[in-house]
Amino acid sequence: MIDFSFPLFLATGAFLVYIIISAFRIFLGPTAADRAVALDTINTLVVASMVGLGAATWETLFIDIAIVYAILSFVTTLYIAKYLEGVKSE
Amino acid sequence: MNRAKAFVSTFLLSLFVYLFLTLAAGRSMIEGTILWSVEELVLGVSVALIVSAVASDILCRSDNYRMLNPVRWIIMLVYAIPLFIEMVKANLDVAYRVITGNIRPGIVKIKPPLKTDLGITFLANSITLTPGTLTVDVDEENKDLYIHWINVTRKPTKTISGRFTKWIRRFAE
Amino acid sequence: MIALTILYILLAVSIIFNGLGVIGLHRFPDVYTRLHAATKCTTFGTIFMTFTIIAYGGVMYYWNPGQDQYLNMVLHTLAALVAILVTNPTGAHALARAAHKIGILPKHAVVDHLAEMEGKK
Repeated sequence: MIDFSFPLFLATGAFLVYIIISAFRIFLGPTAADRAVALDTINTLVVASMVGLGAATWETLFIDIAIVYAILSFVTTLYIAKYLEGVKSE
Repeated sequence: MNRAKAFVSTFLLSLFVYLFLTLAAGRSMIEGTILWSVEELVLGVSVALIVSAVASDILCRSDNYRMLNPVRWIIMLVYAIPLFIEMVKANLDVAYRVITGNIRPGIVKIKPPLKTDLGITFLANSITLTPGTLTVDVDEENKDLYIHWINVTRKPTKTISGRFTKWIRRFAE
Repeated sequence: MIALTILYILLAVSIIFNGLGVIGLHRFPDVYTRLHAATKCTTFGTIFMTFTIIAYGGVMYYWNPGQDQYLNMVLHTLAALVAILVTNPTGAHALARAAHKIGILPKHAVVDHLAEMEGKK
């Protein structure tokens, strides 16, 4: 019997810091594509922290939500890419 | 005969997706239904029947049903192992480049020896999944891939796609 | 105790690679190299996060057989792993293609066959 929930909470805290750092790229990014890349990174990190939180508290529902979030964020990224293809300037 | 094949393959695909999304939704181990409960199975089969009755003409357009062979699916699962090994090697390489900032980027064109759409899709996704290479665009007539490479060296076709094509050819061609 | 060590190693790999991806997002010069660091190092880190959860649930289920909440967790995390593996490279590919279509050229590039091909048309 081991209790691994505290390291998982710590890892989730580290992912939160990473999310805040990558959010700076959304504000700084010189082009729209840079902002979209930062958003994609944040989506992946959110999925990772959701999975970690779900295991730390033994709530399987969190992991279901992580699956749905991954698929929905994929659709969002595709739509942003399609929209960017229509914009011809910077 | 072709309509029946289209119906069966659409049915199997939609049932597979349904069962994957409701994986481990059973109630308890004691009833022996940890993976899927009986209600879930009945609902999945009926939804898959409806979907394949409505959409089999739309979803199955080609006349080539080679992917109905289960051996190809098993090889596809085995392919995850060399893909993961390549991912580990290449991730260490990109980690080194992130730390030192030592990059030599460029977009190169490769000509993979694959002909089918599925093979090209798998190759492009494998190339994108292994860091250091990123598929930017695909020429749909000649099946050429344009790849952003973080450290350009000689012989792009052999270096980038040579390790994947012999695996992908086994299940996708 | 061995199981705990393995769990710590997996979790450390996950945190390190996610951090490298975020550092690369700020360190690299243009959008393509940022895509390399950002989407793929974080994909690798997230895969190792799911490996951690799978190992954790597997160990707990091995020590408490019959408690199917642990097995449930393992199977759901496998589904999340497949979802990440399928969706992430496709999103990166779409973003790179869109960036090249709106005319962002790679900085410090030694070769650019795609721009040459489009220049010929």
